[in-house]
Amino acid sequence: MGEERIVEIKTEELLKIAEEFKNKGYTYFSFMTAVDEKEKFSLCYRLSSLENKNSITIKVKIPRDNPVIDSLTSLWAGANWQEREVYDLFGIIFEGHPDLRRILLPEYWEGHPLRKDYQDERITKRPDFY
Amino acid sequence: MIKTEELYLNVGPQHPSTHGVLRVIVKLDGERIVEAKPDIGYLHRNFEKICESRTYTQVIPFTDRLDYPSSMVNNLAYSMTVEKLAGITVPKRAEYIRVIVAELNRIASHLLSFGASGMDAGAFTIFLYCFREREFIVDLFEMLCGARLTYNYLRFGGVSQDLPEGFIEKTKEFCNYFKPKIDEYEDFLLNNYIYSQRAKNVGILKKENALSYGASGPVLRACGVKYDLRKDEPYSVYNEFDFDIPVGKNGDCWDRAKVRLEEMRQSVRIIEQALETIPDGEYLNSQVPRLLKPPVGDVYHHIESPRGELGFYIVSDGSSRPYRIKARSPAFSNLSIIPLISPGLLIADLIIIIGSLDPCFGEIDR
Amino acid sequence: MLLSLIFIIIQALIVFAIVGAAVAVTLYSEIKVASHVQSKLGYMRTGWHGSLQGIADMIKLLLKEEILPGKIDKLIFLIAPYVAFLPVFLSFIAIPLGPGLIVKDLNIGILYFLAISSVGAIGIIMAGWSSYNKYSLIGGLRSTAQVISYEIPHLLSILPVIMLTGSLSTVSIVNAQEKVWYIFLQPLGFLIYFISTLAECNRTPFDLPEAESELVSGYHTEYSGMRFGLFFMAEYTHVIAGCAMATILFLGGWRGVFLPPFFWFLLKTSFLVFIVLLLRWTLPRFRMDQHMYLNWYILLPLSLFNLIITGLGILLF
Repeated sequence: MGEERIVEIKTEELLKIAEEFKNKGYTYFSFMTAVDEKEKFSLCYRLSSLENKNSITIKVKIPRDNPVIDSLTSLWAGANWQEREVYDLFGIIFEGHPDLRRILLPEYWEGHPLRKDYQDERITKRPDFY
Repeated sequence: MIKTEELYLNVGPQHPSTHGVLRVIVKLDGERIVEAKPDIGYLHRNFEKICESRTYTQVIPFTDRLDYPSSMVNNLAYSMTVEKLAGITVPKRAEYIRVIVAELNRIASHLLSFGASGMDAGAFTIFLYCFREREFIVDLFEMLCGARLTYNYLRFGGVSQDLPEGFIEKTKEFCNYFKPKIDEYEDFLLNNYIYSQRAKNVGILKKENALSYGASGPVLRACGVKYDLRKDEPYSVYNEFDFDIPVGKNGDCWDRAKVRLEEMRQSVRIIEQALETIPDGEYLNSQVPRLLKPPVGDVYHHIESPRGELGFYIVSDGSSRPYRIKARSPAFSNLSIIPLISPGLLIADLIIIIGSLDPCFGEIDR
Repeated sequence: MLLSLIFIIIQALIVFAIVGAAVAVTLYSEIKVASHVQSKLGYMRTGWHGSLQGIADMIKLLLKEEILPGKIDKLIFLIAPYVAFLPVFLSFIAIPLGPGLIVKDLNIGILYFLAISSVGAIGIIMAGWSSYNKYSLIGGLRSTAQVISYEIPHLLSILPVIMLTGSLSTVSIVNAQEKVWYIFLQPLGFLIYFISTLAECNRTPFDLPEAESELVSGYHTEYSGMRFGLFFMAEYTHVIAGCAMATILFLGGWRGVFLPPFFWFLLKTSFLVFIVLLLRWTLPRFRMDQHMYLNWYILLPLSLFNLIITGLGILLF
């Protein structure tokens, strides 16, 4: 089992650091996602190097009122759909993304459901059963 | 010159061979594809949002509905992630049971995919043959947990019930019955002249592209990358079994079907070894609390599902409900290569490509 | 005058009854062959082993509401199934079912058969064009390409038989096979004829115009009710006509020992139809370019070669 590392970086450095990792052999773009941490969005990218069997998780925090970050589409083509998904469900804007549209929800959908403040009367709060 | 226009064709969402509700907007020049844009989301239920209002245990049935042809593997991925988060240990017997059901389910899922890839090419019979064998596995699962598609069998720290009486003998019987059938399928579909003409050199995916798109599972292995989490990051008790990782050469549709076929052989090998060496003991860790409250933190764990690297990323805030669950779906990444590999091919090839990527929309749209 | 008209109508009805019965039997055997190939039972409920299912299906199709999609080219859409079905049906005029069992022994029987049975393709093209559906259109276009291409080897594979017989009449072709069936003189010709007949009937592995997994249903996507049924019947009638013609051209028609001639004819034709059905449930489908390659690069040169060899053979012996 390879080593797993977590790197926390600043927003502006993302593209540069990601490129460095790509040149170091982290060619496999596993996935990316976001977490709504109330004040901030925390984004996490997971990259793997299949030769060395290493994985790395890059974590970036971006402010909630201005959720803009560089797109990694130029480095890994797989980032395209993953970023579209995050845009769709969190409303985070990826600068430099070639085709930033909603992917899972229809075009006319309002709001971004995975944000914690998303309101919809169809969401029911369940009681604890135990 | 006569002025011609390209034709836009909507393949799906209602189409007999898009394996669910995929819609591909194809720009055609005659029958040749100029551009193909997949449009997904027709089965979107926002699994990740639903999970935030359920307790950890209540999420297990939802994972069944992600990749429904291989629910057991989804259960396994989710349970293992929560176990990793909460530090729960699993008894040895439960681990063996998990491996057996996961591999059985892998066979069932590959049978479905293999049969459907034949049907995409117009060979209907192979599909029903594959379903005949799948029925055997589904019957085994029914014996095990009473359900035939969405099993909800695994629990944190083990499995919900012990193996029923006669299950081991039945499974051995299945293995003996199934092994010669695999050769039959190979002759019937893969070595068929027409099918190999249809599938060879179609939808070639290069190794670099596969990695950059995050493709995994048979799609990645068909490109010649020997990457299988069961071997590379052995989870559960996979390191105790002897099996090979089949890889392809060209990364075309034929190779993907071939890799799936070979994986069925390897799965049978694993099941046979597991059945021989399964230990006695507990099937469920009885120390696990009813209402699980994992410590604050985040964790990612991935396993090899029939479609590739299936992972769950869970963030816990210490309460009984997950703060955030992200399912890393292999089919989502695999499907995203369609715009790359389909231009220049015929519309008939697109159907073969979709079949060979084996998309499952419960998982792609989540 | 009136008497001969009545006579013609009676003849037509008899032919229609025979064709109808043959189609019903073929439909039933298609399902049964498929079921046994796929290790299942197939029809079991309607009648003995589901033998009445064909009639039940027919009634269902007749009673079904016909849905006309919007924006179709209505006239062409409505007549297309008849254009597809009638010519194939008419081709039975020149097929002798036994000695004297023929509607009309035309002295250009083969020519007539070839000409009229390929008119059916026009119906398919009309259906594809008028449906206002892209899948139908592609299906219709595929059908055009297929018919134009496969007509050539189809014709060239029959020519040697005509050369050997020296006549275009179907009856004299059968009579000429008294000593030896032409399949033994023309094995290659038979093979080419059989393959191109499969292509002309849109049967697997050449069912590209309907290609279920690619084009939904191809040219008949928008059809429902009895008009759909007519397309269905046209396909099966075409298969039967093609196989009957193969029997006449290569398998000695009604010739055989012990059994009455009509039964021999039936037996041979059924055998060929059975092979067609079996192929459908065994083989995948070709791709369009491979399909055309097979025609222009393999079948056409082979049939020309066969023609030359036959010509030399006739010249030398």
